[in-house]
Amino acid sequence: MDKVDNPQKKYESRNLWAGILFGIGFAAFLDEFIFHQLLGWHHFYDRSTTRIGILSDGLFHAFSWFATVGSLFMVADLRRRDTWWPKRWIGAALVGLGGFNLYDGIVQHKIMRIHQVRYNTGNLLMYDMLWNMIAVIILTIGIVVMLQTRKRMKERVS
Amino acid sequence: MQNHYHYLPVFAEWVLAFPFLAALIVYTGALFISRRKGRKWPVFRTFLWLTGIVLCLISVAGPLARLAHADFRIHMVGHLSLGMLGPLLLTLGAPVKLLLRSLSVHQAKRLTRILRSWLLGFLSNPAVTATLNIGGLWVLYTTDLFTIMHESPLLHIFVHLHIFLAGYLFTVSLIYVEPIPHRTSYLYRSTILVLALAAHGILSKHIYAWPPEGVPKVEAEVGGMLMYYGGDAVDLIMIIILCCHWYHDTKPRETVNGGVLAPET
Repeated sequence: MDKVDNPQKKYESRNLWAGILFGIGFAAFLDEFIFHQLLGWHHFYDRSTTRIGILSDGLFHAFSWFATVGSLFMVADLRRRDTWWPKRWIGAALVGLGGFNLYDGIVQHKIMRIHQVRYNTGNLLMYDMLWNMIAVIILTIGIVVMLQTRKRMKERVS
Repeated sequence: MQNHYHYLPVFAEWVLAFPFLAALIVYTGALFISRRKGRKWPVFRTFLWLTGIVLCLISVAGPLARLAHADFRIHMVGHLSLGMLGPLLLTLGAPVKLLLRSLSVHQAKRLTRILRSWLLGFLSNPAVTATLNIGGLWVLYTTDLFTIMHESPLLHIFVHLHIFLAGYLFTVSLIYVEPIPHRTSYLYRSTILVLALAAHGILSKHIYAWPPEGVPKVEAEVGGMLMYYGGDAVDLIMIIILCCHWYHDTKPRETVNGGVLAPET
């Protein structure tokens, strides 16, 4: 029993981590690509950014860059071992995506003031609310999907 | 930039170009000898290495180097080629591997002994090389060093040699193309790479927000963004190579658990 159980647990958690890392990386990628480059809503730096904001941005930027690539290699590794579990991976990815956007929307935009969602708008509050609500919705869906896969894991163990 | 800077003297260009020209001769010679021994050397390695040497040469000597002395944006392009892209290409060209092939057994043993030495072990520890590399940049751009460098040719030579050597050691310590005796784990190297990339990005924004002395705001902003995104691009290649090596090294012998983990959906 133990012999079978241990590698399974290992790959179940590896699916989880590959998903969360990919979600964080993908969130940062979308943020950079859509909001910085395409729409030009976000700014590279705005004069009210706190020093801790630059620090947090730098760390998250670097980490997400690595996470995107690393998590995809983890998926490739899981696939060649025939242990990829797409549903659990997608659930975890949504958790990473929503979680990172919520952090970005509340801590980085509001508290650290890295930059705002959009400039020259009379209704920044609406943009902030919308940004964070979408993040919460994605996060919730991710948690629900993950809970479903967890139930399945328990069923299989018993 | 303001006009109180002296022009970059020609001797400074030659002093900086000399090591790269010497390396070019050694690499070509080693290539020739190892071919005569009947050992093939991949064309892509030669190509990458030569591109790296050309990039380094044009960033220390010639019109681009002279422009870089006066314009921070060009300076940053030079920094990216001399400290990041150049070293990466030179690493992928695997010069030490080629050299070992061309040497006699006795000489190769001596070279290996040097590579195994305590000093090179220390200098190929990623934490040390990252500190030398990124720490050096922080000192350069956040102290008076940047201004003084433009007035003293000797300091100019020293700073540029440091940028190259620190960048090269950093790359070699993270990506194992060469026969490196002192090896560290993937997790350790990945962590250092993320931290170094973060420190590089933070420094770029710092330059954007608080320009080094004597650098006009516009040049600092473009320079900072060049450094940020240019660093991202080079580091992306390094991350992919590192992950690729991990993927090959952890190749499974057989699938675990008969290949069954997850039930369908």
